[in-house]
Amino acid sequence: MALLEIEGLRARVEGKEILKGVDLRVEAGAVHAVMGPNGSGKSTLAHVIAGRPGYEVTDGSITFDGRDLLSLGADERARAGVFLAFQYPVEIPGVTNTTFLRHALNAQRAERGEPTLDPIEFVRMLRDKMRSLGVTEELLKRPVNVGFSGGEKKRNEILQMAVLEPRLAVLDETDSGLDIDALKVVADGVNALRSPARGMLLITHYQRVLSYVVPDHVHVFAGGVIVASGDKDLARELEEKGYADFAAADAA
Amino acid sequence: MRARTTQSWPTDERLIAAERAAAAGPAWLAETRRQGLRIFRDAGVPHAKIEAWKYTGVNGLVGIGFDPHAPAPEVRIPPPPLAGLEDAYRVVFVNGRFAPLLSELDGLAEGVAVVPLTTAAADPPEAVRAHLGRVLDLDGMPFAALNAAFWTEGCLVTLDDGCTLSRPIHLVSIAAGGDAPTMFAPRTLVVFGRGARATIVESHLGTDGAPTFSNAVSEVVAAEGAVVEHYKQVQGCEADFHVGASAVSLGAGASYDGFALTLGGRLVRNETRVTLASPGAECRINGAYAAFGDSHVDNTTLIDHVAAGATSRETFMGVVGDSARGVFQGKTLVRAHAQKTDGHMLHKALLLSSGAEVDAKPELEIYADDVKCSHGATAGKLDETMLFYLLSRGIPRGQARRLLIEAFLAGALDEIRHANVREALRGALMKSIGDATRDLGCD
Ligand SMILES: Nc1ncnc2c1ncn2[C@@H]1O[C@H](COP(=O)(O)OP(=O)(O)OP(=O)(O)O)[C@@H](O)[C@H]1O
Ligand SMILES: [Mg+2]
Repeated sequence: MALLEIEGLRARVEGKEILKGVDLRVEAGAVHAVMGPNGSGKSTLAHVIAGRPGYEVTDGSITFDGRDLLSLGADERARAGVFLAFQYPVEIPGVTNTTFLRHALNAQRAERGEPTLDPIEFVRMLRDKMRSLGVTEELLKRPVNVGFSGGEKKRNEILQMAVLEPRLAVLDETDSGLDIDALKVVADGVNALRSPARGMLLITHYQRVLSYVVPDHVHVFAGGVIVASGDKDLARELEEKGYADFAAADAA
Repeated sequence: MRARTTQSWPTDERLIAAERAAAAGPAWLAETRRQGLRIFRDAGVPHAKIEAWKYTGVNGLVGIGFDPHAPAPEVRIPPPPLAGLEDAYRVVFVNGRFAPLLSELDGLAEGVAVVPLTTAAADPPEAVRAHLGRVLDLDGMPFAALNAAFWTEGCLVTLDDGCTLSRPIHLVSIAAGGDAPTMFAPRTLVVFGRGARATIVESHLGTDGAPTFSNAVSEVVAAEGAVVEHYKQVQGCEADFHVGASAVSLGAGASYDGFALTLGGRLVRNETRVTLASPGAECRINGAYAAFGDSHVDNTTLIDHVAAGATSRETFMGVVGDSARGVFQGKTLVRAHAQKTDGHMLHKALLLSSGAEVDAKPELEIYADDVKCSHGATAGKLDETMLFYLLSRGIPRGQARRLLIEAFLAGALDEIRHANVREALRGALMKSIGDATRDLGCD
């Protein structure tokens, strides 16, 4: 059984059907890229996987590691090993980045029966990860994402992923809005976490990131369904031709 | 005109006894007690038709029939000090009675005196006669008037001119619930000499047992250039009532940093009145509260700008869950001569459940024309997007809520100037909301 199995998934937001029968399997060790036009429902899929309230699943199933993911709350899914890097990371005034990360990690360690880290141990662990991702100490002391630049927010998402070491990482346009150097840093961060035990779903608009993080599979998402799947060459094809053909296929 | 209604509380018998007791004391003191009795008798127990008590009903309090003479259970173990305030001088009162064995005043600095008020009143130093009962105007303060009539013990703190106290003075009032409902009337007078500096922390705590009613009055007088830090923690049990009045008078260039943190009690009212009678004084009254169950928390303030060029800052933030209720009545009065007044007031509330309620009435009353004043009030819910972000990282819902609540209230707590007190009160807050057994008062 694959790490993540999505079957016939239909979901509505505000009474409007956005996901119209999604089928997707992500095996442990594999990186899947999902590309598709604006508004096609990619973030919706990511949010439904993460368990965001307000999304009504009307049909289908999501199985993660053999468990019915849809029956779990968002926090339980995260502790089971699901991670979503947000397209728009949320600002939380009054909670420092360090406190936030420490609570998150300790909640997950507790779930796994591991001892929680005290603030000092935690910061020690954090330092190494920060350095490789170019996140400054100053950023850690600041409230979560408040006043962070677009690039800093994205790096911060990757830092969280690096700290939490999820089994499934869903990265929603983490490459958008990054300069070339930042893109490399983020891609390195993602590559560092590639492992036989981990699956990744990379939602992106750009072929560029896929030359750094080479996907095992590429899917085209349009109109709330996956309309085509292939290997990394599909991404190149999309870059050249756009989505028109696939959208037509969807409409047909 | 007498406004007393059908409910007669305290009983006439008690009032007559208080009158008799007053007559037995020194003449100057007897006069303040009689005045208190007179004002209370005239005003009676406040009711909803009185504007200042519109949102805070006291029928529940009156109905219990608190008696000042109910026997107090013994408290042998001092309450644990606030984490981070272990170095403070401590003066502990149990149901209004001084508890020397629980107190710790060793090494009190030169120029500072901390004495039980009865000791001081028997042979009153100038400070007591000049200020006791003179800082607080009892008009419209029926409970404070009752305190004036009934107080049996209290604390006097005096600081000589230029005296700086590095360790805080922690005044702890324990409401020990016994077998029967009991009331007591703590009284505090703090007198700062010219340029004196000190930190006073009041903790009003409760223990389990029958309901208690702590009817407190604190008066603070600060001479020219004094630097006053005056913080208050109210953390009663579910059956405890606390009505506390703080009156502050600031001399020229004096500064006052006040904070009221309310974390528990059936009914709590913190009423603060600050008079800025001299130029250049600075007043900061801030506060935070967390009200759950069916607790009722009221913060009522009056900042009276009499002299020109004084500043005032006021920020209160509250979190209200279950069917609890928060009340904020803040009034900044700028009198005709108080030109160049700089005054800002803000109340922010977070409502965690549909049964929770907040009534906020920030008011500016301005008679001068060259002033910079503002006021505002907001009420909202916990931000679902923030909550989801925390949940999506695996933080359990209750803990995520706590983090957001703490983050919200930090907006007020951060205003506390004294770093150790700030952290101590933050710790008390975190512990208190961590203890909340229900899912933090949310729907
Ligand atoms: N809360 C909401 N209320 C109403 N409509 C919504 C809501 N969330 C999403 N939608 C709609 O669902 C559709 C899919 O949105 P989604 O964010 O999933 O697209 P996307 O593929 O991620 O697009 P992009 O590439 O621009 O990020 C859009 O038409 C959007 O307007
Ligand atoms: Mg999107």
